Amino acid sequence: MVGLEHYLTVATALFVIGIFGLFLNRKNVIIILMSIELMLLAVNINFVAFSSYLGDLVGQVFTMFVLTVAAAEAAIGLAILVCFFRSRGTIDVEDVNVMKG
Amino acid sequence: MTVVDFAFYVFSIVLVVAGTFTVVARHPVHSVLWLILAFLSAAGLFVLLGAEFLAMILIIVYVGAVAVLFLFVVMMLDVDFAALRGQMAKHLPLALLMGVVVLMQLGLAFGVWQSAEGAADLRTAIIPDVAEVTNTDALGLLIYEEYILLFQLAGLILLVAMIGAIVLTMRHRTDIKRQDTLAQMYRDPAKALEMKDVKPGQGL
Repeated sequence: MVGLEHYLTVATALFVIGIFGLFLNRKNVIIILMSIELMLLAVNINFVAFSSYLGDLVGQVFTMFVLTVAAAEAAIGLAILVCFFRSRGTIDVEDVNVMKG
Repeated sequence: MTVVDFAFYVFSIVLVVAGTFTVVARHPVHSVLWLILAFLSAAGLFVLLGAEFLAMILIIVYVGAVAVLFLFVVMMLDVDFAALRGQMAKHLPLALLMGVVVLMQLGLAFGVWQSAEGAADLRTAIIPDVAEVTNTDALGLLIYEEYILLFQLAGLILLVAMIGAIVLTMRHRTDIKRQDTLAQMYRDPAKALEMKDVKPGQGL
């Protein structure tokens, strides 16, 4: 019988993979954004699992809002990325600080 | 092992494998495709949990919009990905360390975690019986009654994101010819044409 713990374990694994990808691809912003999406997905799985096993629908409502914010974040992040690429010709985030001043 | 358990294990293994390949894939296009597979398996998990509406939203919004947006950007930007990948081995120890540290932290929290005594009494929106009210209906009733303000706010966030993305990426190029609709509409044919009476054998 699959219980709440099983889902939490999967979500934990996915979250850790997201963190891992964040540090592994320090230069490539596209993969960093995808790692963030994975972490948000892990959070969503947690929300839905608790919602289902507790019998409370509010968790699913919150999942919807997290989805909304994640979609907005991806759109804005990619727009900034396109801007950055146009001005610098690369997506290497390690030298973003050159922009300052 | 019932069919549901089997489906859970299939979806979770595919989810974790796809997540791993998303972050270690050689080319970002492969990463996006693995990400799509991860979203699809997560949608499967949602269906198993009885959240069909969210599963469909996940497929429509994430696979249909966000992943395709990623794909567009990866294809559009002419990036030398090989140069970016070269540094990966250098970051691997730190990444592994951070992964293990976060995993241990989450494991510690998970080890002592237990549900509160009165958790069942604190529920504000108890899921109705599926035979009477479907998941989508129940969610709709809750969103449009209790959470209408938050729902509108979510729409506002999307509007702001849309305007922001357009403003950030729009640029007016001056070196190309553009169609000016207003100028076309207000054009006066009488001024644009000039009738010349050309005499035979003389020319203009």
